Amino acid sequence: MAIPLRLRAAVSISIFALLLILPSCSAQDIQVVNAERRIDLTSHIIKVFLTLKVENTGASPASEILLAFPPTQVDHLAVVKAQVATGKRKKKTYTPLDVNPKELPDAPNGTKYLSISLLNPLAAGEAVTLEVLCILTHSLEPFPVEISQSESQLVYYHDSALILSPYHIKQQITFIKTPTTKVESFTVVDPTHRAGTELKYGPYNDRPPHSYSPVIVHLENNSPFAVVEELVREVEISHWGSLQITEQYKLAHAGARHKGVFSRVEYQSRPGHSGVSSFRHLLARLPPRVHSVYYRDEIGNISSSRLRLGALKSELEIEPRYPLFGGWKATFVIGYGLPLEDFLFESPDGKRYLNFSYGCPLVETVVDKLTIKVGFITYQI
Amino acid sequence: MVGKSEPINGTAKSQPPPSPLSPKSPDLLSGYFSFKSLKLKTKQQELLIRVSILCLVYVLAFVTRLFSVLRYESMIHEFDPYFNYRTTLFLTEKGFYEFWNWFDSESWYPLGRIIGGTLYPGLMVTAALLYWGLRFLRFAVHIREVCVLTAPFFASNTTILAYFFGKEIWDTGAGLVAAALIAICPGYISRSVAGSYDNEGVAIFALLLTFYLFVKAVNTGSLSWGLASAFGYFYMVSAWGGYVFIINLIPLYVLVLLITGRYSMRLYVAYNCMYILGMLLAMQIRFVGFQHVQSGEHMAAMGVFFLMQVFYLLDWLKHLLSDTKLFQAFLRMTVTSAVGVGAVALGVGTASGYISPWTGRFYSLLDPTYAKDHIPIIASVSEHQPTAWSSFMFDFQILLFLFPAGLYFCFKRLSDATIFIVMYGLTSMYFAGVMVRLILVATPAVCLISAIAVSATIKNLTLLLRAKTKAPQSASGKGGSSGKAASKGSLDQSQPFQKNGAIALLFGAFYLLSKYVTHCTWVTSEAYSSPSIVLAARGAHGNRVIFDDYREAYFWLRQNTPPDAKVMSWWDYGYQITAMGNRTVIVDNNTWNNTHIATVGRAMSSYEDEAYEIMRSLDVDYVLVVFGGVTGYSSDDINKFLWMVRIGGGVFPVIKEPDYLVNGEYRVDKGAAPKMLNCLMYKLSYYRFGELTTEYGRPPGYDRARGVEIGNKDIKLEYLEEAFTTSNWIVRIYKVKPPNNRW
Repeated sequence: MAIPLRLRAAVSISIFALLLILPSCSAQDIQVVNAERRIDLTSHIIKVFLTLKVENTGASPASEILLAFPPTQVDHLAVVKAQVATGKRKKKTYTPLDVNPKELPDAPNGTKYLSISLLNPLAAGEAVTLEVLCILTHSLEPFPVEISQSESQLVYYHDSALILSPYHIKQQITFIKTPTTKVESFTVVDPTHRAGTELKYGPYNDRPPHSYSPVIVHLENNSPFAVVEELVREVEISHWGSLQITEQYKLAHAGARHKGVFSRVEYQSRPGHSGVSSFRHLLARLPPRVHSVYYRDEIGNISSSRLRLGALKSELEIEPRYPLFGGWKATFVIGYGLPLEDFLFESPDGKRYLNFSYGCPLVETVVDKLTIKVGFITYQI
Repeated sequence: MVGKSEPINGTAKSQPPPSPLSPKSPDLLSGYFSFKSLKLKTKQQELLIRVSILCLVYVLAFVTRLFSVLRYESMIHEFDPYFNYRTTLFLTEKGFYEFWNWFDSESWYPLGRIIGGTLYPGLMVTAALLYWGLRFLRFAVHIREVCVLTAPFFASNTTILAYFFGKEIWDTGAGLVAAALIAICPGYISRSVAGSYDNEGVAIFALLLTFYLFVKAVNTGSLSWGLASAFGYFYMVSAWGGYVFIINLIPLYVLVLLITGRYSMRLYVAYNCMYILGMLLAMQIRFVGFQHVQSGEHMAAMGVFFLMQVFYLLDWLKHLLSDTKLFQAFLRMTVTSAVGVGAVALGVGTASGYISPWTGRFYSLLDPTYAKDHIPIIASVSEHQPTAWSSFMFDFQILLFLFPAGLYFCFKRLSDATIFIVMYGLTSMYFAGVMVRLILVATPAVCLISAIAVSATIKNLTLLLRAKTKAPQSASGKGGSSGKAASKGSLDQSQPFQKNGAIALLFGAFYLLSKYVTHCTWVTSEAYSSPSIVLAARGAHGNRVIFDDYREAYFWLRQNTPPDAKVMSWWDYGYQITAMGNRTVIVDNNTWNNTHIATVGRAMSSYEDEAYEIMRSLDVDYVLVVFGGVTGYSSDDINKFLWMVRIGGGVFPVIKEPDYLVNGEYRVDKGAAPKMLNCLMYKLSYYRFGELTTEYGRPPGYDRARGVEIGNKDIKLEYLEEAFTTSNWIVRIYKVKPPNNRW
């Protein structure tokens, strides 16, 4: 049984599965009173926090709010989560909301939409504050494309100074957080302000729907661009009370390609200056009570790994055989066993359920292609 | 047959002691009888003990070879096993016919290698069969595990074989001792630890199997045993080039029997069956082909075969001609003409080129200095060096002293079987002295002969102890009947300390044997269980430090170079690069083309610009060198460099060894020869090494493997660039730059 999943486009897959016909609500009836966007560029996985205060100015109640994305961005969208805050300051609770893709017939320039279904339809004249988290991958473009060992890695980030939205936005502001203070250049859309590691676009007032103002930020980012190009996870349910997991990784450094020589003497003697964009450690968060962990590749065991067992989680620190520079690859296999009783549950009607996360246990990595195989033995009594 | 009847006498004789003993001590007698009625009969007890000892030895032989797995991991060792592993993998994945027809373009670029026609497939087929068998039994094992454990498995089987062989040539006691000795003998363990997936692993089993079956055939004169030995020989031929030893030893043995007048119909049947069938079967191995009838190394067997026919004819004629004088004349005539015809045939065959002359390897066996003068590529391999006394001591320990004693016992009781083992022992000991690696071939013989010594001595001593307890007159009678035993022969009633002496000698023997056990275990765990791919050392705080640089480099090659990249390195690392790095190599450990290797040697010992021309012509993309200057790893390329110079100079006279030496001395420091300081190998090994401080209190660029500060610290590379260096600098990989644009 294999469930191939493209994590990057996980959302868009579910779209086609559930094409919801929602009552069409004219966009002009809704306006965004206040929008704040915080873009975190500290790693190669970009997190965008969006806070929208939405008001229904129309006559009929609105049950959904639309988010708009340019087509280039929607392809790199990994996760979109929305939640609504209810209650007053101290007793604030967040309720997650459904997010589904939606196609509109008259989308300008191929804009893609996601719709957030509200818990209760927004009555006319009411306002609600939504919080949206978007995670983008593969959105930092290395420039220069090839760097030598002593250079640090510079990347481009493309976005719009104005939040793309099908609604009229009264007031908006965007903060971009860069990993270091080193920013080569950035597009200025007044008012733009830069202080330390923060770049501020806005505030902008009264922008019509579908306003777009492209910006490019050229910044330094030496965080490990660890990309698992392909991950095959095999989950084997054994009747001996164990869950055996084998994970085959094809890891690559997706940053600026390494150019020219690799000098070990420089790498060893000047760790702060040489090969700053390379990485050599990876951390895998494994479930607690993990046992018989191994870390190897086609040609044998890799001795550089460390396992810390904890009550809540186990941490496996692995080191590939060699440091990974831009464009270098490494393949390896991680395997471990888990007690079956932690993951297999029996429902009252006699059916058994396996509750096991399908994601990649490596932290701060992007998985391009994930295959899960679940193997078990069935026999009739 | 005579040899077989004696042990039976011996056991029959050892049984009586209880009966004369019974009238003296009735209480002991009753105890003995109750014991007997409750438990098994003596014979069954003996069988039980024998079988359990054999089982324990079987397990022991396997377990003692697992040190390497426990110390390191389940991995393939050294150099050649990587090729065997790669081919086995191919065999299990693609099937036998693909394997048989495999043309490997990944080695010997640009020539390639016909794998199916240039290897001994026995090992791979054996491992693949084991693998398929296990898969059939639903054991989901990886082929690597099968390969790793093939050698220990066959070592265990060899112990059983040693038991039967020992039983055949002496008695069951000697067989048991032989099994126990060979199970832990370092000479054998050195080539059969877990992971040492080499031809020798199964070949020693096949060798002993062939010998055992042949001796059995000679002893019984049975056609079926002869047939079995032919198949044993076939297996041996399919497994290892060492089969040449069999095909020369057996004719030699037959010749000795003929000369000593031990010619019999049994011998005739055994040899003819084994030779003819064995030869025909061996021709099925592509690598061997028609060598049995065409190569000089195999001619002895054929000559003896014809001689056998002459003997048979003479025997028959002697039977017909009753006149002795007539027969004598006829004999002289026939033998002379037969020898003459044989010599002429050999001469014509050699002159016409039909019979190929002896190969260099064979010559170097007969004349240890031959390789040094003529074939540096053979002499450069450390396992081809003449054996030092210390390694004999290391590999055999007390067996070295027991061996002559065993020979003495063998000569005391000459039979067809003991003559065989004596000849096997003496010839293989000679070869072991010529080449280190042939200690392996000598080991079974040494163990068997030593086992005879141990078994016979202990048996005599215990007989002496038992004989003492009974009446003196019967003791003397016993001594007379089995007078061939050495200590027994000197047994005299007038010696008062006989019993004490026997006890002391027994204790001495057990002390020596227990010493042997501790020595073997120590040698196995310390010396012979290192995979040599992963190096281990003791850190400053006594902790274990692992240097996994080889695999780091090979895996880097595998992942980060173009799939069709060609890697040039010294031939030692060829198999490993193709198996682990999955990249094409210029030369590898199958040293079939001396010129190609010499070209690489020439490139390594030339200046960079000259080397660049050679590398361009060979289409080289990467150059790999092994360097131990940082870690103090001494078997690196700088220490092998003189062999590269010699091999390169053997084909290309522009390379001259004296250019690299200063007053006949090989050095890398400031006083080194200028050519040495600027040749490619030196540059690649020491590139940017001068900036590195390797040891506290030493100047930068201090080479720890040779203990000197290097002579050329300012190395500039023009045509190559550093592509990768492993974390401990053991493997350094350089990329050959493309030629400059002309405009």
